[in-house]
Amino acid sequence: MELHLILIFMICASIVAVRTKDLISSVIALSAAGLGLCLAFLILKAPNLAMTQLVVEILCVIVLIRGTINKDLPLVKDGRWLFNTVSTLVFIALFLTLIFLVLKELPRFGEPLMRVSGEYIANGFKKTGSANLVSAITLRFRGYDALGEVAILFAAAIGVLAITRRKGRLHDSNDKK
Amino acid sequence: MSLYFLCFILFCVGLYCLLRKRNIIKIIIGLGIIEYSVNMFLILIGYRTNGRAPIFARNQEISNMVDPLPQALCLTTIVIGLSITLLVVGLAVRIYEKYGTFDITKIRRLKG
Repeated sequence: MELHLILIFMICASIVAVRTKDLISSVIALSAAGLGLCLAFLILKAPNLAMTQLVVEILCVIVLIRGTINKDLPLVKDGRWLFNTVSTLVFIALFLTLIFLVLKELPRFGEPLMRVSGEYIANGFKKTGSANLVSAITLRFRGYDALGEVAILFAAAIGVLAITRRKGRLHDSNDKK
Repeated sequence: MSLYFLCFILFCVGLYCLLRKRNIIKIIIGLGIIEYSVNMFLILIGYRTNGRAPIFARNQEISNMVDPLPQALCLTTIVIGLSITLLVVGLAVRIYEKYGTFDITKIRRLKG
């Protein structure tokens, strides 16, 4: 029951984030949805994820506010309004129909499959010595996934550096003022 | 099942924002909403009724745990989502510096 309430709260916060005209209010509403997700992780018995989500959420809000502060928001409605809305709604309807076709193949809520992770639960403590199974899986059983994650993080950091740096760009471009 | 359905509604809100809005920051917000709903859905699939968190304890009474595998992989997707958001915000800030607007229909002309 709490999960339903939290999900409805997240949907409302997302609708507010989509509909408001002010960009900073929109970012704040998005962070409200993220904190709702953090609470939902706690209720779903995933404390590691809740902590990570909290930290990531705060970082996201800081970066998004840095990106949006003192910027204007042009609010224009042009002639293609009807076409855009109709095509968006068609996409959403298509997605929902596909979901309805797939929904009965999913495992029911509260009864997970546990085909792979039964092995991890049975032998995880013996093989890794870690009481926390999530960190045991992340760092030992699926260590290459963590390696790939770190590689992606590194690539993103290099990308942000390459995009946002200003030094060096003025020297070799001809159009400097 | 109703929880799954609410999750998909959240996804649809994000999809609407991603496809319909013309402001770059709104598009980033739509990406964030989609990411939330997908993470939530993965954890919902791994939940077991009356289970306990996947951490061993000395005096544990409940023996059945929730599925730890989706949680471990969701940890990865959360961090990757953060890095994607940082990259896209960096791009948006550069675009604003160059074109002076966030409107994606105004960024068509070549400059420089």
